[in-house]
Amino acid sequence: MIDFLQSHILSIILFTPVAGAVIVLLIPADRVRAIRWAAFLVSLIPLAFSIWLWAAYNAGGPGYQFVENAVWYSAIGSRYHLGVDGISVAMVLLTTLLAPLALLISWSVKENVRAYMALFLLLETGMLGVFLSLDLLLFFVFWEIGLVPMYFLINQWGSANRTYASFKFLIYTMAGSLGLLLAIQLIGLASGTFDLVEITQRWTSLNQPLTVLGLPVQVPIGTVKTVAFWAFVLAFAIKVPVWPFHTWLPDAHSEAPTAGSMILAGVLLKLGAYGFLRLVLPLYPEQAHAYAWVLGLLAVLAIVLGAFSCWAQDDFKRLVAYSSVNHMGFVVLGVAAAAQAQGTGNTADGVLAVNGAVLQMFNHGLSAAGMFLLVGVIYERTHTRDLKAYGGLFPLAPVYGGILLFTAMASLGLPGLNGFISEFLVVRGAWPIFTLYTALGMIGLLITGAYILKGLRMVLHGPMNEAWAGHDLEIRAREVVAIAPLMVLMLSIGVWPSWILSVINATVARLFG
Amino acid sequence: MTLPTYDPSMIGAVLPELLLLALAGLVMLVDLAGRGRRGLGWLSAAGFAAILVLTLYFGRPTASQGMVFGGMLRHDGTSFAFKVLFLFCGAITCLLSLDVPRVGTRGEYYSLLIVATLGMCLMAGASDLIMLYLAIETTSIPLYVLAGFLKDDVKSVESGMKYFLFGAMTSAVMLYGFSLLYGATGQTNLYLLAEVIRGGQVSALFLGGVAVLILAGFGFKIAAVPFHFWTPDVYEGAPTPITAYISTASKAAGFAVLVRFVLAFLPDVSPYWSAVLAAIATATMTLGNLLALAQTNIKRLLAYSSIAHAGYALIGLVALSEFGTASLVFYLAAYVVTNLAAFAIVILFARSAGSDRIADYAGLSRRSPGLALGMLVAMLSLAGMPPLAGFVAKVYVFAAAVESGLIWLAVVGVLNAIVGLYYYLTVLKVVYLYRSDDENKPIAVPRTYALALLTCVVAIIGLGVVSAPWLGWAVRTAQSLFS
Amino acid sequence: MTFPVLSIIVFTPIVAGMILLAVPGQRKDLVRWIALAAAVLALSLSLYVYLTYDRALAGYQFVETYPWIPSLGISYAVGVDGMNAPLVLLTGIVMFTGVLISWGLDDRPREFFAFLFILATGVFGVFVGMDLFHLLFFYEIAVFPMFLLIAIWGWQVTREYAAMKLTLYLFIGSVVALVGILAMYYASGLHTFSMTALEQANFSVGFQKTWFPPVFFGFAVLGGIFPFHNWSPDGHVAAPTAVSMFHAGVLMKLGAYAALRAGIMLLPEGAKFWSPLILGLGTVNVVYGAFIAMVQTDFKYVIGFSSVSHMGLVMLGFATLNREGLTGAGLQMFSHGVMTALFFAVVGMVYDRAHTREISKLGGFSKVMPLVAVAFIVGGLVSMGMPGFSGFVAEFPIFLGLWKAQPIVAIVAALGIVITAAYIMRVIGRVFFGEMPAEFEGHIPPVTRFDRVALVVLAGILILVGVLPSVIAPLVQSGADNVLRLLGGA
Repeated sequence: MIDFLQSHILSIILFTPVAGAVIVLLIPADRVRAIRWAAFLVSLIPLAFSIWLWAAYNAGGPGYQFVENAVWYSAIGSRYHLGVDGISVAMVLLTTLLAPLALLISWSVKENVRAYMALFLLLETGMLGVFLSLDLLLFFVFWEIGLVPMYFLINQWGSANRTYASFKFLIYTMAGSLGLLLAIQLIGLASGTFDLVEITQRWTSLNQPLTVLGLPVQVPIGTVKTVAFWAFVLAFAIKVPVWPFHTWLPDAHSEAPTAGSMILAGVLLKLGAYGFLRLVLPLYPEQAHAYAWVLGLLAVLAIVLGAFSCWAQDDFKRLVAYSSVNHMGFVVLGVAAAAQAQGTGNTADGVLAVNGAVLQMFNHGLSAAGMFLLVGVIYERTHTRDLKAYGGLFPLAPVYGGILLFTAMASLGLPGLNGFISEFLVVRGAWPIFTLYTALGMIGLLITGAYILKGLRMVLHGPMNEAWAGHDLEIRAREVVAIAPLMVLMLSIGVWPSWILSVINATVARLFG
Repeated sequence: MTLPTYDPSMIGAVLPELLLLALAGLVMLVDLAGRGRRGLGWLSAAGFAAILVLTLYFGRPTASQGMVFGGMLRHDGTSFAFKVLFLFCGAITCLLSLDVPRVGTRGEYYSLLIVATLGMCLMAGASDLIMLYLAIETTSIPLYVLAGFLKDDVKSVESGMKYFLFGAMTSAVMLYGFSLLYGATGQTNLYLLAEVIRGGQVSALFLGGVAVLILAGFGFKIAAVPFHFWTPDVYEGAPTPITAYISTASKAAGFAVLVRFVLAFLPDVSPYWSAVLAAIATATMTLGNLLALAQTNIKRLLAYSSIAHAGYALIGLVALSEFGTASLVFYLAAYVVTNLAAFAIVILFARSAGSDRIADYAGLSRRSPGLALGMLVAMLSLAGMPPLAGFVAKVYVFAAAVESGLIWLAVVGVLNAIVGLYYYLTVLKVVYLYRSDDENKPIAVPRTYALALLTCVVAIIGLGVVSAPWLGWAVRTAQSLFS
Repeated sequence: MTFPVLSIIVFTPIVAGMILLAVPGQRKDLVRWIALAAAVLALSLSLYVYLTYDRALAGYQFVETYPWIPSLGISYAVGVDGMNAPLVLLTGIVMFTGVLISWGLDDRPREFFAFLFILATGVFGVFVGMDLFHLLFFYEIAVFPMFLLIAIWGWQVTREYAAMKLTLYLFIGSVVALVGILAMYYASGLHTFSMTALEQANFSVGFQKTWFPPVFFGFAVLGGIFPFHNWSPDGHVAAPTAVSMFHAGVLMKLGAYAALRAGIMLLPEGAKFWSPLILGLGTVNVVYGAFIAMVQTDFKYVIGFSSVSHMGLVMLGFATLNREGLTGAGLQMFSHGVMTALFFAVVGMVYDRAHTREISKLGGFSKVMPLVAVAFIVGGLVSMGMPGFSGFVAEFPIFLGLWKAQPIVAIVAALGIVITAAYIMRVIGRVFFGEMPAEFEGHIPPVTRFDRVALVVLAGILILVGVLPSVIAPLVQSGADNVLRLLGGA
């Protein structure tokens, strides 16, 4: 039994949500309570297993662990190959953690609950699959498949402008994926396999001009790789999103239902960053090194412009949405720094930056999910997201106010909470590599402080908006249960980061050291 | 070459002819007795069937037999095969005539039909110019009468007259050709004639002129362009069973003599002549199909379609090969059973609805699903769709063309098949798709007609699906002309 | 002698059709149950063939050969390999679901099923045929019932026009191919129509180059290749639901399959010479078809043109002439067959209830028929090439093959996928979501049990193949290898 668990733990984590979706679909549609509980309880199973996985994961061990490798699509040489390392194990934990919380917060969904829950569980599988795949094609399968439930979640359960937002989301990401797909095909053909471990060796060591192209002229391998590199970068950059490919994000976030936003910001954006770390840097070390400055520049622009955009928002949800652009900028900055550092002397700084980036992914997952949850809570009570319509709500909802303060501080990067640790690591690592960029990024950090405080002030402080007097705006116990684990983690990482950093660092050092 | 004049075994060679003569007499006698009016048709049909069976058993050519009766006739696979075909047509035509008003109860009608068939049987075997001419006239004269049989029907009279005038004209021209041929060679026997010509004493130009004259006669019989003008009017006006008969048996008889004639001179058929035949085939197919497109009367449509089919069949002849001839024979067999089926439906429909207009066929599939199905089979077979006879037959003639390197002719045939499909489908569209006010009036199908129709439909499917034995039969037929 | 399972599959439908014609026309329920029984029999036998085909052995199996017209070297020869075994199964599936979907048809169901089954026999016969004459014979049998099915039971506005157009197009194609086949027969000097024998004929290169176009394009007309695709959307739209399913789901494969078997396999040098043209035309199919689908206002026309677009991918897969491309084309034939059958089934259900197919007049159908909406979405995702569904499994190898053969085409054709996503999402959004027009409120009856079974079967297959490509891909690959054997390795 334990052996089976040991050898199939990843599959179990991956497919439990699908099984849950099927179970949910079998429950009669009118038994809403049963559906909710079934979905929630099922989503706890992968969480339990991924905690077990986290515990069982050997941080010092080499390579990928808990590997599963089976026949999948033999005709084109693609296999069902799963495995985790320090980066993905953290992401799996984040995903499985956020899923039950988001389901818990979805109690407020009233319409067509069964389909909602089923889609949500499918979405979880899609995201987990991306983190677990060690096969390029399998990776792409899960990468794409997550789009579908997300599209419908926004399209069906979103707010007023949902059709536009969902369509934009879909087209942006699919357009990005198209280049990725073509590049994957190219790589697969050139390497003769889709296995990520194999490809990393074969593709990077290719140095002959490609005859694969069948053109009369041979194309230098460098050109081919550069084109493929940009195809990859574009796909992931849209997903992260890197400025200027971010315009789908505020729309999608602000129209999505609360749980959708939580997952979107908490996990989906990480897929892009994960793609950079798992695929772009290992597969294209030279190109990544050569074009790191572009990435770095875009990252800084994302940080600074994202922060300014936040400041300009009057819509609470859009403000939080833009803050994702801002925060994910740090992840990309870390990645760019590591790319720049590759092949040069100061890989130690690069490792530091990537450590920060990965931790920032985790942290942003916590804080963005938390923020969206809180936005959702207040929206549900007030049916408005206009910051100007709030004001002085602290007395009306003291518990809510406290939680909001706490989460906002984590997001802002207050020392002692998690955001500080990761942003510090990124900045520290990137400084020697991209001094100018990092310095500019610090400006963004300042503005981050400004907009978060602005948001807090307009919601909680100032003269009380009389319209809300007598309304019960307080947070419910269920919602507190949903956000409590997030707060615990924010604090624990903030005060004792090494429990997670040690796992991440071992892998990062091996990959980029 | 010595030609045996008489031998008792030669009776076998004219067995069907003799029996037909007896049958004709019997029919007239019974008619005189004035009893069993409707029985006349049954008697004739049964007689045809009996003769058919007897011929199949006792009339087979033996290997040793060739010329008989002083070279008047040739008793070979070709004559045998065509005779069987004519007898089949005769039997079916009798069945189809039974319930046709003012026709089906007349003794002379059946007698004429039998005599015409007799003439055709002689045509199939004739190997002497004189015999040939006599046979053709024995066939034609009864047919002229039959076409105009409905004396108080203007169209029928017109039809008979037209048929007669055209027929007399072309046979005069043909006879003139025969006499020139005789004058130049001093021979009337076809095969001896050919030997003389092979001797090289007759100028090619002269022969060419003669061939044109003779072709006029044969072309009239098979309704090939440009000798086809009589066809639509005669078909439309004649009593429908006779139309069926003219379009099948008479056409096949024309092909029988044409094949024998052309192949007798085979070694001398210059490429030039095969080109002329190919041109005739092309023109016949194309014109027939194009003109059929515009028809609104089912009998006229079938007339033009029969012209087109003569063109397809000619492809087999143009190939000038054993397989080509076999494909021609097979094609004719397929065409005959299919066209008989089509006319059977036309007759039945006209009996109930009193109309031959295609538009009036609307709602047929609801009035009589069985008839509609029969129409479907017949039309698709004419169009050349599997699993029906017409498909296999077309494949064979096209294959023969390709085999002889006449790919262009096969392509022409193929293009024509497409045009053909269009108008056959148009008929089916009316039958199956359009509604009419008479939908609740069923169409009576007497048992005789059901029998005839069923026989034809079974034959159509049988020829299409199990074509191997029939093709083998056709190949043996063709071999007899090439040996 | 072994059990002649393939022959039984081929003749089950037509025998059932004959039995149907003997049943009194008023006993409509009896007619339907007989039809269903025949369909179930054909489906289970084709499933049996599919499952018991020995994949390790590959090559032609379940072979039966009887002399048919020996004097011309024609035989009745059937057999399956990796390329056609899935297509036989596909036909069984479409036949089964087609009968289910047509349960409610009330105008002369007896004739309807009889003609449909004649069509099915033709289709089965072509897919298992190993003799060129046999192939052509059944090919035509498959074509002509289409005329009646569309003309009689089709959409009143265009049925006559569409039926005639379709039949003539296909007939032209097949007779052109016939001439090519006859040329092969005589040029080979082998005196046989057997395809396995003609494979060894060693036609001269000049001959192959000359005769490849008539044979390939003659059949490819039915595969909907540009610029001969024009019949197909009209035909799809005019046909009644089950016929559209057959038509787009199976018949178009028939053309592509015959083009592969008779064109590419027997004239490999010709295929090599002409493959750039096919690549070009296939690309036009994919992109142009998708664009045209996008601007359609009629629900069914959208699907009709999407078939043109998707069949272009099959042609592209063929034209790559390499293992990946051919495998992908084989998979795409199966996947598209099931998918488009599903699409047309859904379109039919919507139309039967709304009596309009104008996209702008529809809306909100997911509320009244959620299962139908889900099924359509599954089909849509397949159509978009979404990973996890069969469309991806099929398209991916095609694109791999294109990269090998002609990368530009891969990149241009990929455009088609984006456009596909756009029009599919548009249809889903407009028809199934959004506001339901007032006149439909409360007037939309639910779908029947039979409809549900059909939809679930079709959608289930699409997902199964998408998730576990190995249930079909190795089989098709062995079929592709069979083709490659003749193309000189690769």
